[in-house]
Amino acid sequence: MTRIADAFNNNKAFIAFITCGDPDLDTTGAAVREAVHNGADLIELGIPFSDPTAEGPVIQGANLRALTGGVTTDKIFDFVRDLRKDVSVPLVFMTYANVVFSYGTEQFIKTCSEIGIDGIILPDVPFEEKEDFAPTCHKYGVAFISLIAPTSGERIAMIAREAEGFIYVVSSLGVTGTRSEIKTDLKSIVDVIRGVTDVPCAIGFGISTPEQAARMSSLSDGAIVGSAIIKYLEKYGKEAPKYIGEYVKSMKDAM
Amino acid sequence: MSNQNGRFGIHGGQYIPETLMNAVIELEEAYNKYKNDPEFNRELKELLNEYAGRPSRLYYAEKMTKDLGGAKIYLKREDLNHTGSHKINNVLGQALLAKKMGKTRLIAETGAGQHGVATATAAALMNMECVVFMGEEDTIRQALNVYRMRLLGATVVPVKSGTATLKDAVSEAMREWTSRIDDTHYCLGSVMGPHPFPTIVRDFQSVISKEIKEQILEKEGRLPDAVLACVGGGSNAIGTFYNFIEDKGVRLIGCEAAGRGIDTFETAATIATGRLGIFHGMKSYFCQDKYGQIAPVYSISAGLDYPGIGPEHAHLHDIGRAEYVPVTDEEAVCAFEYLSRTEGIIPAIESAHAVAHAIKLAPTMSKDQIIVITISGRGDKDCAAIARYRGEDLHD
Repeated sequence: MTRIADAFNNNKAFIAFITCGDPDLDTTGAAVREAVHNGADLIELGIPFSDPTAEGPVIQGANLRALTGGVTTDKIFDFVRDLRKDVSVPLVFMTYANVVFSYGTEQFIKTCSEIGIDGIILPDVPFEEKEDFAPTCHKYGVAFISLIAPTSGERIAMIAREAEGFIYVVSSLGVTGTRSEIKTDLKSIVDVIRGVTDVPCAIGFGISTPEQAARMSSLSDGAIVGSAIIKYLEKYGKEAPKYIGEYVKSMKDAM
Repeated sequence: MSNQNGRFGIHGGQYIPETLMNAVIELEEAYNKYKNDPEFNRELKELLNEYAGRPSRLYYAEKMTKDLGGAKIYLKREDLNHTGSHKINNVLGQALLAKKMGKTRLIAETGAGQHGVATATAAALMNMECVVFMGEEDTIRQALNVYRMRLLGATVVPVKSGTATLKDAVSEAMREWTSRIDDTHYCLGSVMGPHPFPTIVRDFQSVISKEIKEQILEKEGRLPDAVLACVGGGSNAIGTFYNFIEDKGVRLIGCEAAGRGIDTFETAATIATGRLGIFHGMKSYFCQDKYGQIAPVYSISAGLDYPGIGPEHAHLHDIGRAEYVPVTDEEAVCAFEYLSRTEGIIPAIESAHAVAHAIKLAPTMSKDQIIVITISGRGDKDCAAIARYRGEDLHD
């Protein structure tokens, strides 16, 4: 968990999301390393799910390509073990409740801790249901990362008070995917968060341009980018990592 | 029935994105406010009786009873409701509630199209906008219902993701709801999804067992020995079971779609082949692989072609109060044909799953025993597909 705090210590954090196994784990490994070499401060590794209800078409496509390619939770654990030999930035898993639950929550989180995963994001587990996962995360020192949405209203303080690792602030209504405009009053949301916790917060959903990254990270502690990165994998497949590196550099430079 | 924080035993809950949490909390508050409100209930009762045609008949199937030579068989005729299925019971309740909440737009998922048609109907009646998500595969299997929805003024969105069936339609409707909440109510069609949906839908469907109880007491002076209903998500089944849960002498039997058999991958029988999981907002049983990936289930019946089951059913199974049995495509098609010929009633292929089990069960029971089968919908929509199943080249 301290690795996550360190990622936010120096400056604004750029967080890259990559779906494991899209189109194969070798490409994922190369993409992660390119992103890190070009300034990514934290990597969200997606474990694909058959029915990703919080995702827009781009990340849905990545989930489908990865599962079609035969990736599994166990193969991803092995992949992370290997990745940790030379990648030192914090790594967090982003997946859906059933992937963790069906593996056996205790076994899943224990393994996360052993292989060097720092946190876990489950977009279909709100504050009210986190008892299924958060206590086990605490036991093994893995951060259970909370999300706050434009509709959270009076829930913001309640969620932020118990937050750990970092807070994932959802920029807009709807599912993941690039957006030309983000209209939510994010400053007010971040102000409420700041009033109750020192845990850093990063904004995600809809961010694709360096201008958006600059604006979002000026409002918070960092920017999370998924679909814009996945689009390179959609377009270039195994050749995507070098484009992802260039893209991450352009985003990080703007922040 | 235990129902603290939307839990039925270990099942249920609210496993949804944070973006939707205030929407379901607002819905729960509105429901708690209106469910015992005399004016709301008067309006709903008037809609159910004058518009939808309730109460539905409890019909003594004399020919079927004699032919099978065992228990006395009654049919609860939800197929006679306006729009042709039990779905209207829930939709009128939710649409009225949405209206009271100030919503102007209804979205819904649909499998066979019956819930979509019911939602489009209520939206037309109440001057609301309506968008229905339907798996692309199902828009082909149930083309007539797509036309009915459009005729009623709804927009039908074919869903191409995943298996392009009911589960994908639910996922897409949930995605749509996260993007537009202020004016939109998600009119969920079954006793599934996040709390409070399983409770709201069950309450609106429980009129089925309330009426069965009154009608059978009047006709027979006693309760039935068994009530049967088909189960996908489980809304007509919970409606059929609910007012009998405390009557321990009444067997509650849910009939799941086994597709080509529970020993094949082409099945949708969740209790028979699934295991505990978390999906579509709820903890319950789901058909899934060892890594928790949801299985691409199959049934000839678009309405039962769903990889999960409502949390209250999962609980009734856990505590042994209800039984769940698998019924194959072939058995359901035979029952579809049997009821048509024997009683002159063409049931929905979904409901035919319950009829199929009754055909097996009735002869094992004595003549002084009573079975009630809920005919959840009418089968006109299925005729072309069943003809094709039997090798006839008939298209809608």
